[in-house]
Amino acid sequence: MLVRSIRVAVTAFALVVSAVSSAQDIGKPEKDQLKLGFIKLTDMAPLAIAYEKGYFEDEGLYVTLEAQANWKVLLDGVIEGRLDGAHMLAGQPIAATIGYGTPAKIITPFSMDLNGNAITVSNQVWMEMKKNLKMGADGKPLHPISAAALKPVIEAYAAKGKPFNMAMVFPVSTHNYELRYWLAAGGVNPGFYDPPHGETLGQKGAQAFLSVTPPPQMPATLEAGTIFGYSVGEPWNQQAVFKGIGVPVITDYEIWKNNPEKVFGLTEDFAKKNPNTVLHLTRALIRAAMWLDADNDAHRPEAVKILSQPNYVGADPEVIRNSMTGTFEYEKGDKRPVPDFNVFFRYKATYPYASDAVWYLTQMRRWGQISDDKPDSWYAETAAKVYRADIYAAAAKSLIAKGLAKASDFPDFVTETGYRPPVKEFIDGMEYDGHKPNAYINGFAIGLKSGQKP
Amino acid sequence: MSTLISLTDRMLGYPGFAARCKALLHTLLQEVAVPLFGICCFLMVWSLAARHIQTSLGTFPGPAAVMEQAQNLVVEYKEEKQKAADFYTRQAERTAEKLAADPNYVVKVRSYTGKATFPQQIVTSLVTVLSGFAVALVLALPIGIAIGLNQTMNSMFNPLIQIFKPVSPLAWLPLVTLVVSAVYTSEDPAFSKSFINSMLTVALCSLWPMVINTAVGVASIPQDWVNVSRVLRLSWFNHVRKIVLPAAVPMIFTGMRLSLGVAWMVLIAAEMLAQNPGLGKFVWDEFQNGSSNSLGRIMVAVLTIGLIGFLLDRTMLQLQRWLSWDKASASR
Repeated sequence: MLVRSIRVAVTAFALVVSAVSSAQDIGKPEKDQLKLGFIKLTDMAPLAIAYEKGYFEDEGLYVTLEAQANWKVLLDGVIEGRLDGAHMLAGQPIAATIGYGTPAKIITPFSMDLNGNAITVSNQVWMEMKKNLKMGADGKPLHPISAAALKPVIEAYAAKGKPFNMAMVFPVSTHNYELRYWLAAGGVNPGFYDPPHGETLGQKGAQAFLSVTPPPQMPATLEAGTIFGYSVGEPWNQQAVFKGIGVPVITDYEIWKNNPEKVFGLTEDFAKKNPNTVLHLTRALIRAAMWLDADNDAHRPEAVKILSQPNYVGADPEVIRNSMTGTFEYEKGDKRPVPDFNVFFRYKATYPYASDAVWYLTQMRRWGQISDDKPDSWYAETAAKVYRADIYAAAAKSLIAKGLAKASDFPDFVTETGYRPPVKEFIDGMEYDGHKPNAYINGFAIGLKSGQKP
Repeated sequence: MSTLISLTDRMLGYPGFAARCKALLHTLLQEVAVPLFGICCFLMVWSLAARHIQTSLGTFPGPAAVMEQAQNLVVEYKEEKQKAADFYTRQAERTAEKLAADPNYVVKVRSYTGKATFPQQIVTSLVTVLSGFAVALVLALPIGIAIGLNQTMNSMFNPLIQIFKPVSPLAWLPLVTLVVSAVYTSEDPAFSKSFINSMLTVALCSLWPMVINTAVGVASIPQDWVNVSRVLRLSWFNHVRKIVLPAAVPMIFTGMRLSLGVAWMVLIAAEMLAQNPGLGKFVWDEFQNGSSNSLGRIMVAVLTIGLIGFLLDRTMLQLQRWLSWDKASASR
């Protein structure tokens, strides 16, 4: 009964909204039949919610959502026009724009979430790691766990002549940089990229060898013994706990508190030809993100139900529920609250901060994906090309004008520079200031510094 | 035994009745009871074995679990149909509003954007496999006939055919994908690229059995018939039409049956990689989902794939029986 009345209310609300949104502020979308791609990860939620809650339809958009086999297929789909836009790794639009990997001009008007990843190791590695951990009064390991505890394990493998293999999801993925950040912060060298000399695996001088595996295959690959650990988004870390094949050791929230994660990406060409469509899309996504975080995460259980449908993420609801509702299970039974594990809207999560793009660029330089030194100005220019806060601002302002959002939910668009104030909330205590990328790069113990080649 | 039969015959006063009953019983036993028994044995072994296979996604699904998932798929299909109906209602409401606001509004009906259901995926797979098979047929027949008629052509093409025949669809697909995305560029394509990719891969793999069988069929026409054609002074075209094709039909059909079998097998692999929304993608997506229902749902797809493959083969056999003069060849 309650469900039905909610449904009626939602439908009524949708009708009212659709009446409102036909006001002539943005103009009709140039293209209204769209196909958007996603990877089966919980952070695709804004797309699923915008579809299921009718936000796309409110904007006059008829959207088909299509799961993609892996990040490469997804990126190629957007570049060749098979997909009009997609849920992307933050590094993908940036790397494509600077020509690392498949070169293409890809932009993002919308950042999809904060946090949401974790690093998982196999049971065996965990048993060995546990010997090096400090335990709390309750007998459970003290968090955050540093990779320093993993270092002796890796050295033991090396002594036996066994390479220590770990997986991440894509060369320019957040997961790659997070795993590298964590390893390097614990004194483990994850290896360098050297594209001019054909080293595109990123294993030059590596102690831990990282390679690419699509997210949904992570648990199966770990179980098969091909890798000993991985860095991936949810639900694939909790899946390892449920299957009893691995133990998540650290969430990315503990590596960098409230780090920017996925973005919504589309080609610059598409955005030029269809400016209204892009504004409508951005509006629908902002509303979906607001819904996901509204009333202190009150909608999350419903979101879990939607995401567990086979055509979206498809994993069991119990697995998805853990992270989406603010708890994270490390070792079996070791559940800890991580209320901000998945952030979709609060802390201005959806605004495409240029400083976030600069951070990704610094990591690309740190690990050799960018082979040469670049001036600070280059970092700022590249970030401005890819992270299109102007589109976001236009969409948000029109939502505010219609009373669908509050101005206080967004940055002050008059004064906002796109650069977050310097942050210090990293696992290694480093300070990041988006205005000084080169100084930041030079501060790392492990990593390329100015003038260095891999 | 035979005395018993003749005895009953005599007792019934109806010679041959018992023998006929026995024959009928025998047929029933052979064609209904024994296969049923086989299936029952399989189900028992399956459900016993399944209980002992522990995967990371839970116990391997037995017949009951698979049945349950099959029912779930039907339920999902009905739900999706309801959602589609709601979608069109909402669209009609929106259109009415727009028309009220702007009488010149050009009405466009947008088709439903929801997920593909299991029956829709079956249809997609069938359409893809039959299109690929049709392309292969159109190519294979002329090539086969040309090779069969001409020894030089045969020597020329035979090595190529032998080399390409064993190539796996997984090897062709990346090439097909890249070529299609380079060549097939249109603003508003009539077919999606994933469909073209899977269809061409199916065609490339199912071409060869048809070429070979057609060629063999054509090459082995009895010399007498060729002589008849010579005596009648048939033109080349008429020779092919009246003598060669009818004579080669049994072999051509054998090739077609083999090809369709290959095509169906190849399709599932091609769909997995090309992400064509058919049964192959269904299996792949379920594998990626890794939910506790995934294995059961994959088993439903496996059984469906098998059943459809079987039906396709029977259909071809029936076609062959209707169209071929050599009825004996169709029973093979």
